[in-house]
Amino acid sequence: MTTTWTIDRVREALAAKKISAGELAGEFYKRIGARNPELNAYLALSPERARRQTDKIDALVAAGKPLPPLAGVPVAIKDVISTRGIKTTCGSRILENHIPAFDATAVERLEAAGAVILGKTNCDEFAMGSSNENSAYGPVKNPVAPDRVPGGSSGGSAAAVAAGLAVAALGTDTGGSIRQPGALCGIPAMMGSYGRVSRYGLIAFASSLDRIGPLATNVGDVAAILQVIAGRDPHDSTSTATPVPEYRVELKKPVKGLRLGIPKEYFGEGMDAGVRQKIEAGIAIFKKLGCELLEIRMPHTDYAIAAYYIIATAEASSNLARYDGVRYGLRVDGDSLLSMYRKTRGAGFGAEVKRRIVLGTYVLSAGYYDAYYLKGQKVRSLIAQDFRDAFTKVDAILTPTSPVPAFKLGERTDDPLQMYLADIYTVTGSLAGVPGISVPCGKVGGKLPVGLQIFGSAFGEARVLQLAHAFEQAGGASV
Amino acid sequence: MKISREDVLRVAELAYLDLSETELETYRAQIDEILEYIGKLNELDTANVEPMAQVLSEDQTADATLREDLVVPCAVAEDVLKHAPDPEPPYFRVPKVIER
Repeated sequence: MTTTWTIDRVREALAAKKISAGELAGEFYKRIGARNPELNAYLALSPERARRQTDKIDALVAAGKPLPPLAGVPVAIKDVISTRGIKTTCGSRILENHIPAFDATAVERLEAAGAVILGKTNCDEFAMGSSNENSAYGPVKNPVAPDRVPGGSSGGSAAAVAAGLAVAALGTDTGGSIRQPGALCGIPAMMGSYGRVSRYGLIAFASSLDRIGPLATNVGDVAAILQVIAGRDPHDSTSTATPVPEYRVELKKPVKGLRLGIPKEYFGEGMDAGVRQKIEAGIAIFKKLGCELLEIRMPHTDYAIAAYYIIATAEASSNLARYDGVRYGLRVDGDSLLSMYRKTRGAGFGAEVKRRIVLGTYVLSAGYYDAYYLKGQKVRSLIAQDFRDAFTKVDAILTPTSPVPAFKLGERTDDPLQMYLADIYTVTGSLAGVPGISVPCGKVGGKLPVGLQIFGSAFGEARVLQLAHAFEQAGGASV
Repeated sequence: MKISREDVLRVAELAYLDLSETELETYRAQIDEILEYIGKLNELDTANVEPMAQVLSEDQTADATLREDLVVPCAVAEDVLKHAPDPEPPYFRVPKVIER
């Protein structure tokens, strides 16, 4: 069994000079070399950039200078997040040779805090998918069961962390793409509030929904990463100036007496019996911790997937219009400008992306806009209202993250609607803009991880982390 | 049937997307099923509901956080052109647009 490195362990080992940052990165690259051919979690490695960073950290250690909060911590970055000089493909052929000229703010902040970027992780093409099977570079395998999916779309980030190929990773979440793979791979994974983390440099899928967030081996590390990437960024007008609390201090506060809502609508048909049993056992832990459990109603939950797939595909069809073969990415020559556009896009995009562009263009097109897009936005209001109503009665909401544990590779690829329903418990919070975390909550059959989801009110990340931390400390991962 | 072959063709044209015959029929059938499912939204009366066009609250929106319009150096043009499919610095080259 290999060592599970955490942010604290890295700090201690560096400070005690038990290992250098360079040696630690080397150990991670060795692990990646051994396991990545099977898992396909990484699409690109950046050893030179990592080396420049570890040299800096090791110089600080040698000079006895104070170390920044993530000094020497090896991290992975989802391939939809721009990294200067490192290929950023979005899991798509259309960006096969794309090398960004700048870093995303989240990446820049991680590096400024001392983190070491190991490479870029596989994902569903343009973050569209729930199984990582929509990557143009092949699926990722779930490290706990290699015949199964890791979830998606941040499947490579989740698999890399779960397999010990990174201490933490950045993922992105539009309808569940951080939380669901976190659940299926058995690690904590968090989406902060809409506006909490800058998206400058995140290659857009659906701009009213996309968020960047951390995946790690424990809740404290999730908090530490969020701490570094959260906060206002002048490059992103949707990042807010709302103050960022000290999450690692906040998460140690006692949870006794907090009121937790259990929405009836999340416990209906369609949930795997094994998942249900674990989630119920998980909820019982909160009762033991002295929380007050209240059954609540969120009456529009059942409409969330339908509203989500209108809004997300509409925004995607608009965002993906930029791939035209002119300025970057793939170009397929045609005999006119328009035929070049059509051929480039037809050849460069994969099946799920094309399906969503067609659906998204359709729901926005003349004659259908009111029936679909406007209707979807109105239902989104109702779903957001469900959350606001709930938070007048409770401090947080508990639900399963995914209705099923990791499914077999290939099991759902022919049925897009079935795949969309994998996000049934996560898209609600995405639409409402609230923060959510998935924490490990036992394993079905002792093998396949289950995730418990905790939603907080907008900008209530501290409360979400506090509950997740208490749950983890109380043995939630092995209920 | 919610969406016809002609609808898919029209939309693909709007989106500048070449689709093969097989793709056309596969997507039509799959999107038809998805639209059928989406139809459940009509169970909800939304006549008096405002569409949610903004996620952030008013005091958090761009208006509240607009930065000053300052000129800052951004010397990436060379780098950007280096990775373009058909560059002719300082331009991107495209197939001929104007016929005469």
